[in-house]
Amino acid sequence: MRYCRISLLSGILLLQLALLTGSGIATAREQALPDDYCQWAVTDYAIAQPLCELAGDASRGMAIALDSGRGNCLACHQLPIPDVEAYGTIGPPLSGIGARLTKGQIRLRVVDTREINPMSIMPGFYRDPRLIHRPDKRYAGRTFLNAQQVEDVIAYLVTLK
Amino acid sequence: MMLPDKRLLLLPTLLLALLATATTAAEPRSGYEYIKQSTRDMQDDDFENPGMLALEQGRQLFNVTPAGREKSCAACHGSEGEDLDVTGIARYPVHNGNGLVTLQKQINSCRENHGDGSLPIDHPDLIALETFVRNRAAGEVINVQTDGPMAPLLEKGEQLYRLRYGLIDMSCQHCHDFYPGQRIRGQTISQGMSNGFPAYRLDIGEMTNLHQRIQQCLSLMRAEPFEAGSEEINLMGLYIMSRSNGLKIETPAVRY
Ligand code: HEC
Ligand code: HEC
Ligand code: HEC
Repeated sequence: MRYCRISLLSGILLLQLALLTGSGIATAREQALPDDYCQWAVTDYAIAQPLCELAGDASRGMAIALDSGRGNCLACHQLPIPDVEAYGTIGPPLSGIGARLTKGQIRLRVVDTREINPMSIMPGFYRDPRLIHRPDKRYAGRTFLNAQQVEDVIAYLVTLK
Repeated sequence: MMLPDKRLLLLPTLLLALLATATTAAEPRSGYEYIKQSTRDMQDDDFENPGMLALEQGRQLFNVTPAGREKSCAACHGSEGEDLDVTGIARYPVHNGNGLVTLQKQINSCRENHGDGSLPIDHPDLIALETFVRNRAAGEVINVQTDGPMAPLLEKGEQLYRLRYGLIDMSCQHCHDFYPGQRIRGQTISQGMSNGFPAYRLDIGEMTNLHQRIQQCLSLMRAEPFEAGSEEINLMGLYIMSRSNGLKIETPAVRY
């Protein structure tokens, strides 16, 4: 199963590469995986193990989810937080998400939801940075959130029952 | 999430198919339809529209004869640009047999022909001249060539449009094809059309040409923007202009 999804993803990547080399437009550059990037594994559409074996903190997680410079979940989701009006309507509201999904399922959605839906608009907050195309120099080789921040956000989401 | 494997593998393909039909079927809609009523009112009122300043500046530049030169733009095209072919303007960018000619490039080549050097793409004078020239064709329907030598260029432009960029890791298509009408942090997403450019952006308080807007969206995605005047920007700009075929030119538009 894991194999199938990888081949689908890399199939799409290869397709993009093939299209672009044909047209002579430069694409992704070679990059090394940063030393502090922790590998993760998917089983049954979930990542059971916490990233880097870290424990999350729900109150920090809520702050990250709200912060437009960090998680920015509000850009696309409604969250059950009073007095916030400028939320986005692109993704489903996250109220009750802790009751709908298991912690491991939530982790996969936040880490790299394209494992489930390759077309998803939602950024992979801990996606393999080598898969990112033309990152701004300031962000090259980095993940959107670091492992601790991802675990904090997850710790917050599981409280939304 | 206990879907049988086959169905799960089919899902993305189905989604792709659905999205593909959804996008090709979509009628082009001007950014005007997605902005607030107050912004529309501002655009429609010549005294309120901040883009009119650039238009006036463009009119002056059009009529001035640079020191040591023989001719102003107006000398060949009329003081109000009345001798310009407005349906021709609505066809830009055009293919001249050698490659793509954007309206900016045409203006620059006219400047070169009468001894005035060409201007960088982002130069306020060039934006002002483009604003004036495109405004001559306001109300004309955008009609970019899509066949012949344009076809392969449009294909490349579309590929660039569908690629994901930057840390936010989205393609232009994600926002402008899949989610127009939805809000992203309170901002309504449009189809990302080009019929209003150069446009005045309230957010940054500046006149913006199409190339700059493309760069701004790339920065929004925390991507390294393509350089002004680069092949990639030209190709994306061409593709966006062809998506806008059928829409009326609104220059200077007012946008958030
Ligand atoms: C650019 C828009 C966007 C942003 C930003 C975004 N999401 Fe999402 N999210 C989506 C969409 C769209 C879906 C629906 C599934 C899909 O299309 O992949 C989704 C689905 C989810 C789901 C699964 C919901 C369900 O009911 O199954 C979770 C959990 C989630 N997002 C969490 C987050 C968190 C946490 C953040 C911030 C760290 C975030 N999202 C940021 C667009 C976004
Ligand atoms: C010496 C005469 C002359 C001057 C001066 C001149 N142009 Fe032109 N312009 C032309 C001719 C001839 C064309 C026809 C297109 C071509 O180059 O094949 C043209 C085409 C254009 C077009 C394309 C519109 C169309 O109908 O295809 C624009 C826009 C334009 N000029 C703008 C300008 C601007 C702005 C200036 C001043 C910076 C300027 N021109 C100065 C002669 C001139
Ligand atoms: C995260 C969502 C998002 C992505 C991805 C995105 N844009 Fe935008 N874009 C916006 C928003 C928001 C605006 C301002 C509101 C509007 O007109 O849609 C905008 C505006 C535009 C406009 C101006 C529309 C008008 O009528 O003034 C163009 C053109 C455009 N984008 C092109 C692009 C291109 C090209 C890309 C890919 C490189 C891209 N966008 C990617 C969100 C996005």
